[in-house]
Amino acid sequence: MAEITLDHIRHAYGPAKSRDDYALKELNHVWSDGGAYALLGPSGCGKTTLLNIISGLLTPSEGRILFGGKDVTGLPPEARNIAQVFQFPVVYDTMSVAENLAFPLKNRGVPAAEIKARVARVLDMLRLTAIADKKAAGLTADNKQKISLGRGMVRDDVAAILFDEPLTVIDPHLKWELRAGLKRLHREFGHTMVYVTHDQTEALTFADKVVVMYAGEVVQVGTPEELFLTPTHTFVGYFIGSPGMNVLPVTLEGTTARVGGEEVALPAAFAAPAGARVELGVRPEFVTLGAEGLAFTTTRVDDVGREKIVHGTIAGRDVAAILPEGAEVPAEPRARFRLDRINLYADDWRLAPATKEPAA
Amino acid sequence: MTKTQNNRAWFLVLPVLVLVAMNAIIPLMTVVNYSLQETFGDNLFFWSGTDNYVAVLHSPRFHAALLRQFAFTFIILLIEVPLGVAIALAMPRAGVWSSVCLVLMALPLLIPWNVVGAMWNIFALPDIGLLGWGLNALGINFNYTNQPVSAWFTIVLMDVWHWTSLVVLLAFAGLRSIDEAYYRAAKIDGASRWAVFRYIQLPKMRQVLIIAILLRFIDSFMIYTEPFVLTGGGPGNATTLLSIDLVKAALGEFNLGIAAAMSIIYFLMTLFVCWLFYTLMTQGKEDAA
Repeated sequence: MAEITLDHIRHAYGPAKSRDDYALKELNHVWSDGGAYALLGPSGCGKTTLLNIISGLLTPSEGRILFGGKDVTGLPPEARNIAQVFQFPVVYDTMSVAENLAFPLKNRGVPAAEIKARVARVLDMLRLTAIADKKAAGLTADNKQKISLGRGMVRDDVAAILFDEPLTVIDPHLKWELRAGLKRLHREFGHTMVYVTHDQTEALTFADKVVVMYAGEVVQVGTPEELFLTPTHTFVGYFIGSPGMNVLPVTLEGTTARVGGEEVALPAAFAAPAGARVELGVRPEFVTLGAEGLAFTTTRVDDVGREKIVHGTIAGRDVAAILPEGAEVPAEPRARFRLDRINLYADDWRLAPATKEPAA
Repeated sequence: MTKTQNNRAWFLVLPVLVLVAMNAIIPLMTVVNYSLQETFGDNLFFWSGTDNYVAVLHSPRFHAALLRQFAFTFIILLIEVPLGVAIALAMPRAGVWSSVCLVLMALPLLIPWNVVGAMWNIFALPDIGLLGWGLNALGINFNYTNQPVSAWFTIVLMDVWHWTSLVVLLAFAGLRSIDEAYYRAAKIDGASRWAVFRYIQLPKMRQVLIIAILLRFIDSFMIYTEPFVLTGGGPGNATTLLSIDLVKAALGEFNLGIAAAMSIIYFLMTLFVCWLFYTLMTQGKEDAA
């Protein structure tokens, strides 16, 4: 187990002349020992590149990577003491479940008695004891993924366990169960875990810290709560949440913002750099529809059971609002935003309030 | 839309039926017919029941040819399968060189069989052939026209040269189908090169290898053209394999009844082995499921 330090890492697959040539833009983070991290982002955002750099399949073009303070930048995967669970289950078909788990230990010349003890412990941890002697080939995908994970867990020298979209081939009803199991294992054994996914639910339920990536860049590292309440980039607002954050182009005037012809009160005064594209972000959860506020044209209402999602437009821009089940949508609604949940963005990046004083 | 019943659609199958009848069923039944009769020429046939079968099964000549046939098939399988797998493992898995290797490997398979025989006939000649001359120059007494050992060495070498590629191509296809994640996982698990072969590559190649062995078994069991061109079954009867013996009986000695009975026995043996392999393959699939 170890702390992972990403020291000014950059990677380009070809020769890099400009910033856009980097598949992974500069990254400088320390991931703490025993943390559960999720790398979240759409396809092609660079999360697999980053995972491959951590696992050692790729050597970054620039920067260093350290495990527990030891520089491993030039080391191949087998010398890094990592374990990895792949998108598709990798098991040794001809071996039984127990033999699969014993394999990494046998290869490292661990004494037979110790192998037996450790395999028994991992079988128990993963609830696989009942099928220990079955051939791995005939198992279901979720059990195969457990075996892949188990081959990492039997080793006591593992610095980190990496997961590359491990639930892709798992039935939806088993996903919850496996994820919960993973969380439990993380709490009990405290391995550093890095989990790559494009599914926000997976990332938010699994991780203590979610690393959101977009176009080769880490746009935010934060707890699920931080990502929800204070997205540092409009992409985070849009990507996390269902539906995503509403983004409206505005012009700033001290503690008010102008949307179309109307005004919205802001929690504080904001100052945007000159010439920047300024936008206001508010999550549908914090939009209320009533008799006061911005003119709102309803286009569609989705009843999703415990709540209603009202889609509409404000000043010609799409806006969604989430209303509790049973609430009526007014005939000529006006929209209000909850004051302390308004975020402002200049060129997609979140603005810090210029003054801490909330507006009256 | 209502479905209309039209039995005339069956006529569409007719051409295939005629084709199969002409080149499979009718010839086979003719052979069965011959095998149960005795002929003295002039299209005169006499019913002889199972006499021909009894005669063939008790014939030392048939036993000897059968033994030679099994020996030949066994030896070439023993060489071609491991060699083919080894070559497939050594081939580059991607890139230009992979394509170059594949083309080179496919070349022997494209050469007509009688040409292969003729090539090796000349290649192995002790006086002017490169192989024959070279071996003799090294002090090895090699002459396939009068030494059984030399003749066997030549036909085995020829078959290995001609057909190992088939095993290589099939094994290579099997290897290519293995996802990169398996190799990465094996690396992470600290597996040795041998362990990777034993626990990943070999199990994944199992199905294609069974097909490769089946194809090589059937082809080598029925081999005719190459040894016929190369040695004509000689010296003596040293390389008279089953099909060569069969042709000798049918066309050389015009012993149609015996030759037909031999054909049927030969056919049943091949069929039995195919069935055996089929069972093996389907069972393997059930295990994996």
